[in-house]
Amino acid sequence: MADISITRDLAQSAPAGGDATRLLTTVDEGGAPHPKRPFKVWFRQTGWRHIIGLAMLVFAAFPLLYVLSASLNPGGTLVTANSLFSNVSLGSYVELFNRPQQPYAAWFLNTLVIGLVSAAGTVLLGALAAYAFSRMRFTGRRFGLITLLLVQMFPQLLAMVAIFLLMSAIDEIFPGFGLNSQIGLIMIYLGGALGVNTYLMYGFFNTVPASIDEAAKLDGAGHARIFFTIILRLVAPILAVVGLLSFLGTMSEFVIASVILVDPEKQTLAVGLYQFISQETSRNWSVFAAGAVLAAIIPVALFLALQRFIVGGLTAGSVK
Amino acid sequence: MTSAPLATRERDSRRAARIAEAASGGWKLVLFKIIALGIIDAIAVYAALVLFASGDVVVGTIVVLATILINVVYFRRGSLPAKYLIPGLIFLLVFQIFVVLYSGYVAFTNYGTGHNSTKEDAVEAILLQNQDRVPDSPSYPLTVVEGFAGELSFLVTTPDGEAMLGGAERPLEEVPDAEFDGGKAVAAPGYTSLDFQGLLARQGDITSLAVPLSDDPNDGTLRTQDGLTAFSYVSRYVYDDAAETMTDSQTGAVYSDRGTGAFVAEDGTELLPGWRINVGVDNFVRAFSDESIRGPFLGVTVWTFVFAFLSVATTFLLGLFLAIVFNDPRMKSKKYYRVIMILPYAFPGFLSALVWAGMLNQEFGFVNTVLLGGADVPWLTNEWLAKLSIIIVNLWLGFPYMFLVTTGALQSIPDELTEAAQMDGATPFQAFRMIKLPLLLVSVAPLLISSFAFNFNNFNLIYMLTGGGPRDVAAGINVGSTDILISMVYKVAFVGANRDYGLASAFSIIIFVLVATISVIAFRRTKTLEELN
Repeated sequence: MADISITRDLAQSAPAGGDATRLLTTVDEGGAPHPKRPFKVWFRQTGWRHIIGLAMLVFAAFPLLYVLSASLNPGGTLVTANSLFSNVSLGSYVELFNRPQQPYAAWFLNTLVIGLVSAAGTVLLGALAAYAFSRMRFTGRRFGLITLLLVQMFPQLLAMVAIFLLMSAIDEIFPGFGLNSQIGLIMIYLGGALGVNTYLMYGFFNTVPASIDEAAKLDGAGHARIFFTIILRLVAPILAVVGLLSFLGTMSEFVIASVILVDPEKQTLAVGLYQFISQETSRNWSVFAAGAVLAAIIPVALFLALQRFIVGGLTAGSVK
Repeated sequence: MTSAPLATRERDSRRAARIAEAASGGWKLVLFKIIALGIIDAIAVYAALVLFASGDVVVGTIVVLATILINVVYFRRGSLPAKYLIPGLIFLLVFQIFVVLYSGYVAFTNYGTGHNSTKEDAVEAILLQNQDRVPDSPSYPLTVVEGFAGELSFLVTTPDGEAMLGGAERPLEEVPDAEFDGGKAVAAPGYTSLDFQGLLARQGDITSLAVPLSDDPNDGTLRTQDGLTAFSYVSRYVYDDAAETMTDSQTGAVYSDRGTGAFVAEDGTELLPGWRINVGVDNFVRAFSDESIRGPFLGVTVWTFVFAFLSVATTFLLGLFLAIVFNDPRMKSKKYYRVIMILPYAFPGFLSALVWAGMLNQEFGFVNTVLLGGADVPWLTNEWLAKLSIIIVNLWLGFPYMFLVTTGALQSIPDELTEAAQMDGATPFQAFRMIKLPLLLVSVAPLLISSFAFNFNNFNLIYMLTGGGPRDVAAGINVGSTDILISMVYKVAFVGANRDYGLASAFSIIIFVLVATISVIAFRRTKTLEELN
């Protein structure tokens, strides 16, 4: 429970401090009036830290620079990608959208749609369940909570074979909801919604005082109105965290998407780009790199902008 | 005396609650409820009809009962928790709980390539796949026609001059009102005859179409090579319905059903496709006793644990080291380092693995050609180097997370503790090891456990970086030396020509048992369950 209250603190303080390192910089200013230190002292105290920092910068950033450079080198293969930034042009980005065999635009759109719909569904289903567990007392409540806690230990992909066979069976009754269907895939993702997130939300719901509900009830609001118009607004931070984590998770999900989605037109970025690279390993490296850079823009931007939320959520619940 | 007003008050308050309930929802909510339930009921009725029609009485009954339950819950007053729990529960039950149970069922079957369907389907498929043209049989003048939904049919003229029509699953039937042109039936009502262009466009479909001559599959089928004449084909196998045997009409060999899910001859040769049967614990027995599976399976299990442990250990140690290095108030411009260092974590994991796979490529990769000046190190194709590469790439992927969480944990430990220890004469290292580290471990232990659980099933990294390879050629299944359990399940079930769902499910069940054991131990340790209220 302790880590969930951390999330709440993070979430609450987030609007006040947009930059993630506010805390660190204040400490910097407070404790650093060392205008002139001899080089030796400086090096022993902080200089070596910068050397380690620089080494880590190279280690962390190099692969990303490499893929950026490869993407700017039209017609490039793995070999030509080795001379970094020797050529800068957007040709590969143009070519990326003109390959009938690999419909990148469709992949991109599918990924966004599947990710957004699953995230919205996950948030809604999770919040409904968390509200019930947090505000109501009923038989089987404790059992339900323990079950959810246990269920989240078993990721859905363990049952991928059964999921595939189930979807083949559904396909025979409801063509369009089974294999090769994005709706089917979203339904599968929603199956994992309760397991992973309810627990996280439940902790946060508990921190909203029940007296608010009671006050609203006295004013004549029913349970639905209390939930949708009062509680959901108060727990908005955790909804954002769950939605974000679910969106980022769905974007990188490969196993189930690759089993369910067969048509290239229907696939997601993870499935499409993997097949792209396994079909023509080193020949069209720059086109792949361009695809990778574009695919990474949204997750990286979301992550950097909402770091505090995400790390807080991860700390309290799942891990990437 | 006091009981009467109490009772009245209670009744009043209940009535007030009811009025509030009714007033709060409003007609929009009621409308939404009715529409949503209407859609669900419509889908359920359709599903139930189809299920009953196809003979799935059990599933159909479940659908009907579930739908009734949903309607009752939402139209009845009360049972509030159920109203909030049902939407999520339905998905959870079907796509998380049921599929696990279903895995358990599949693990006890021979489901897989060649054993996909029922025995009747297998008989039909064998008869259809092994057909030869009947020597000296008559040729049938043919017109290929297309039905309303685009399905192809053969319109043929029998040697007696009658028009007959049939399709893939529809045996030939007489067409009384067909149009003839020079003794050849050329059109039938309700169908469009294909012209030459049409024949060309659907060449593949037409040459693979086999129209049964009658209800008895032993009678054979009509096929065509050119779309203009059809010939009768019969199977080289003859199926004996009563004895349930297949006889090869050319060699005389008899294949019979001996309970192995396929027709087997005296000498042990199997006729494929077979059909799906329950094989009991065969899959588990194979996993644990078949030499060509047991060895690789054991290796994969050990590597899964080693990989998950090393992943957590390496990322945690590097993250902790960096957190200590950067947790110094005198150091400037920390935030710039921090932003760059978390980039690997923000970049989608599957893309990172693919990019690293390119960089570590033996012939052309950046690491070999540039960093090592043209060396020829088999980073991803040597058994041990591949394992090392996976750990290194995972370190790249995972250290920022550990850096972030350990930094947070370190900062939440009050400095006074260290200062007090140093006053008592402890060296900085001692103060760290004896005071800070234990406190830190307490707060990050749950995260280390969940990180272990995550890496235990870190499919994307393994599959995108090495594909589980290099492949173990001696193994009886498609498995390599860097495969972890989950990627092995995927490869056994979905990669290659020979898919074995039964064995893959058996492996899944084994993973379930492993994960359950680990979770029980973890829960015992962390006492999370006791905190539940």
